[in-house]
Amino acid sequence: MTDLTTLKYTAEHEWLLIEGDTATVGITDYAADKLGDVVYVDLPAVGSEIEAGKVVGEIESTKSVGELFAPVLGTVLEINDAVVDSPDLVNSSPFGNGWLVKITMSGDLPALLSRDEYVALTAE
Amino acid sequence: MTDATVPPASDGVEPRYSPLHDVHVAAGASFTDFAGWQMPVRYSSDLAEHHAVRQAAGLFDLSHMAEIAVSGPDAGAFLDAALAGTLSTIAVGRAKYSLLLTAGGGIVDDLVVYRLDEHDFLVVANAGNRSAAFDLLAHRADGFDVTVDDESDDTALIAIQGPEAEGVLDELITADRLAPDSPLSELRYYRVLQGTFDDAPVLIARTGYTGEDGFELYLAPDVAPALWQALAEAGAPRGVVPAGLASRDTLRLEAGMPLYGHELGLHTKPAQAGLGRVVDMKKSSFAGRDHVEPEASARVLVGLALEGKRAARADYAVVDPSGTPVGVVTSGALSPTLGHPVAMAYVDPDSAAVGTTLGVDVRGTTIPATVVALPFYKRS
Repeated sequence: MTDLTTLKYTAEHEWLLIEGDTATVGITDYAADKLGDVVYVDLPAVGSEIEAGKVVGEIESTKSVGELFAPVLGTVLEINDAVVDSPDLVNSSPFGNGWLVKITMSGDLPALLSRDEYVALTAE
Repeated sequence: MTDATVPPASDGVEPRYSPLHDVHVAAGASFTDFAGWQMPVRYSSDLAEHHAVRQAAGLFDLSHMAEIAVSGPDAGAFLDAALAGTLSTIAVGRAKYSLLLTAGGGIVDDLVVYRLDEHDFLVVANAGNRSAAFDLLAHRADGFDVTVDDESDDTALIAIQGPEAEGVLDELITADRLAPDSPLSELRYYRVLQGTFDDAPVLIARTGYTGEDGFELYLAPDVAPALWQALAEAGAPRGVVPAGLASRDTLRLEAGMPLYGHELGLHTKPAQAGLGRVVDMKKSSFAGRDHVEPEASARVLVGLALEGKRAARADYAVVDPSGTPVGVVTSGALSPTLGHPVAMAYVDPDSAAVGTTLGVDVRGTTIPATVVALPFYKRS
């Protein structure tokens, strides 16, 4: 089980695991629950350059479509093929096997939320 | 990540709660606003709930639906005048799907009408159309010896839908809790009978909105939690689960059943929606008759089967092979049962034939689609 306090969060319900200049990104359990059963995941191409705040993918549940925003500036290093094949991983393991993309960051880290700040945000 | 499709909350309006709300909270339900009601959207997984209904059964709280009692010597004649179908000739204990039309032939609501006695009918309307349906019926009652009463606040509705539904009700009968006035085994599809649950009156209808066999049980709100609990407990060993509105929507979509506000609306004529059979033109007069026929060029409702896994959703454009818009999607989902996306859409008449190759613009990408016959799913 991932230690959730070591992750950073965005107000768009993404989490980031930052290791050096690499950020692993997924969506939170809160977001996965809100979406419902995820049935389709569209992720950016490996090598594509992404800009913080821009839409880079989609996460579709039976009921709705969620947009995946790039939380940081950088280049897509890797995408999770397993989650493309089995989108339900987003629900069953949002902080683990349901990760979405790894990004090589090329800019300054934007302001991100701590676990406590994120939990406070979703407790409203 | 943001959710682009959830409508904004209706600010300032106090939400309404089902008499089963506490039961749903205890069961861990997630809630959604539906026509001003906080109703369960799912309990755990809407896919699991969908599959449970197809393979076992699901329990649905539909207490938000509107129940309108129509009683009096002229009840049948009144409904014949007020609705598109003929209700006066159906036998006691029968149900009929019908439409309430505007004077211009548009659809105010789609309804299920139960004949409970010679002079007593129960009209069940959509939650979102409660006041529109009631007000129009009350208005049209003028001149008839009939009373029209909105009994929605005094009526809870629990549906149990799926192949195990009858077995679960049988267990409640064996346990002397549910007592139908006549044997359940003789209750056929689109019939209704009266009875009691824990000595309180209950209507048991063999109707539903999932494409499966099943029942809808109408009773007073104060006894509804006990019935829900009894059904849940008797059903659990059979794989019966509580099911939310998310699964109800994918189930009805697979079954090709229209949803008001999506496939039906004030500017839709019945025949466009494939509901011409519901309109009885043999009646010399009924509200909406003069304008009920759509123009020849009016778009018609079709089923679409899409390639891939991406769902076409409401309001997405339908295009022909040249990319010209020929229609609009009204409902769509990745079909849990079939494994490919299905959608209902209104398209131009010359694009409506089964087998026509079309496309759906899914957020900038045209996904190939083929017109297929409705329903998408039919139980074997």
